[in-house]
Amino acid sequence: MTGPLPATFNVRIQREPFDAAAEAAKLTRGRTDVGAVVTFTGICRGVEAGEPIAALTLEHYSGMAEAEIERHVTEAIGRWPLLGVTVIHRHGRIAPGEDIMMVATASSHRQAAFAAAEFLMDYLKTRAPFWKQIEKADGKIWVDAKETDDAAAGRWSAPVE
Amino acid sequence: MKLRYFAWIRERVGKAEEDVDVPAGVATVGELMAWLASRGEEYAHAFDNPKVIRAAIDRTHVKPQTAIKDAGEIAFFPPMTGG
Repeated sequence: MTGPLPATFNVRIQREPFDAAAEAAKLTRGRTDVGAVVTFTGICRGVEAGEPIAALTLEHYSGMAEAEIERHVTEAIGRWPLLGVTVIHRHGRIAPGEDIMMVATASSHRQAAFAAAEFLMDYLKTRAPFWKQIEKADGKIWVDAKETDDAAAGRWSAPVE
Repeated sequence: MKLRYFAWIRERVGKAEEDVDVPAGVATVGELMAWLASRGEEYAHAFDNPKVIRAAIDRTHVKPQTAIKDAGEIAFFPPMTGG
């Protein structure tokens, strides 16, 4: 278990939609030391493996999801000179075109912001307890984990246990 | 001991959580999965391929060889697909 994150580092798990642009803007509001903000937004596609989908449903392990993401944010703070991080991940039913999650990282320079955003995304995919279920016209199926996601997380070498 | 199940493991077991008395001799996460698989058809179906199942003790990822003796809550779930 890690301690509380500094004030400019936020992790939120929520059912409601969020405004990715407004969240990224908060990272620079009232300060002039930030020289780079990288924002990644994950969006629900309307087509999966060539077939249209009605929606995604995200199940999560409440409590562990927050703790696991906060642990990786803390790890990122130790690896790069970050001035702020926001991670928001939704759960529940999400329709095509809606945002699922976002990561925004702020730093003085772009390298740290890019690297930390990728690091957080790679670990979030493989370590944060969320599960996607696809809703189609003929039923519901659970999304299989991708080996390429494990490989992507593995390239950050230092274990995040 | 409180057990929690997520995604298709929850669906196969037919419940999201339960309290169980784990027999003495079941010492690790892997042994707990093997014991759960013996508890009936739905559990056998849920735990028939333990290699793909992930576990957490008190909301921290653990490995099959991790001891369960100090665990408050153990969760079982498939590989994660968030993001």
